[in-house]
Amino acid sequence: MSPAERFARLPELLAADPDLCRRGRWLNADCRIDIGAEPFYLTLREGALADLARGPRLLRSVAFSISGTEEAWLRHWQQVPDPGWHDLFALTKRGAASFDGDLRPLLQNLQYFKDLLALPRRLPEAN
Amino acid sequence: MAPALDPMIGRYLRLDIDGVTHRIYFEEAGQGIPLVCLHTAGADNRQFRHLLADPEITRRFRVLAFDMPWHGKSTPPDGWEREEYRLTTASYTAVIRAFCKAMELDKPAVMGCSIGGRIVLNLAIAHAAEFRALIALEAADFQQPWYDTAWLHRPDVHGGEVCAALISGLIAPQSPPASRHETLWMYMQGGPGVFKGDLYFYRVDGDLREKVKTIDTKVCPLYLLTGEYDFSCAAEDTLRTAAQIPGVDVQIMKELGHFPMSENPAKFREYILPVLDRIAR
Repeated sequence: MSPAERFARLPELLAADPDLCRRGRWLNADCRIDIGAEPFYLTLREGALADLARGPRLLRSVAFSISGTEEAWLRHWQQVPDPGWHDLFALTKRGAASFDGDLRPLLQNLQYFKDLLALPRRLPEAN
Repeated sequence: MAPALDPMIGRYLRLDIDGVTHRIYFEEAGQGIPLVCLHTAGADNRQFRHLLADPEITRRFRVLAFDMPWHGKSTPPDGWEREEYRLTTASYTAVIRAFCKAMELDKPAVMGCSIGGRIVLNLAIAHAAEFRALIALEAADFQQPWYDTAWLHRPDVHGGEVCAALISGLIAPQSPPASRHETLWMYMQGGPGVFKGDLYFYRVDGDLREKVKTIDTKVCPLYLLTGEYDFSCAAEDTLRTAAQIPGVDVQIMKELGHFPMSENPAKFREYILPVLDRIAR
């Protein structure tokens, strides 16, 4: 399963984590996550994923985007990631990922987003 | 049934530092060689509670862990509301030396983590003869910043939650969930702008490049220990620093991150006990 295919499983992974949804209950945001060359558009409403659109969407605006190389996500999603690949900011520090746009909703809900984007670690295929 | 009391005792010390009166909270346990413990930026002395409760340590060491001014239960100085808190190399060094002097500690060992580790390097540079041994956890002469500290103190972002969320990634994935979240809780409880003010020392004022070359480990032994999952003070930062200091003892700790003593006390014990054995010898 490619990293993008893993990320496409996000709706079911988030739905299976009521605690994460609860922690994100104040959050409403639209953002873009790039898994390698493949963009995903996330519509988050009250901590739940109202929509996940895979692939390019022309002129679609988002508050912020997070881009990571395929290798970055692959290694980030190992059940026990190696040092330097285990956190979003470890990825940005090493240049394997980047943040763009209005980072306020990201920083206001940082632990939520870190945990959300680590969910594919729970897929058995990741190990 | 007897009450289940932890062995450490907490007290407040009145301390005059550069003409400013402070009320410093500290906890202590044990007897023997004084071992002063310095917590990380934006946190407090609870990070060392496992060392304070470890009989293997406290039978040989009098462990003392104080909350820095503005942190934990140490009251900020009168008039704090009229200034922006900023830690500097000079103010941090002054607090440590004042605490040791006021407590009449005879050549204490000092162990500090993160900013506490950085200031331990400064003690080795400038005041080595006053100490029996120096232990710097997660320390280097300089580290590349990995985020903008402006996010740590602004009205539209919850300070406690963003501080904890940022540093959460510095904890090793192997650390027990309860210890991970206890470590995060302390960050959530910091005063507004205090973590940011500590990082002023870390990023702006406390650059020790070049200066570490002057450390003489024959005057005072120096131990550097860094967790492999710490990407703030990465293993290569500590190893680069160690390479400039003849006689230094350096270790990279497996399955540990930036908060070894609180994120995984059992794992940290495997690394710190042999160091303390050598100091007690």
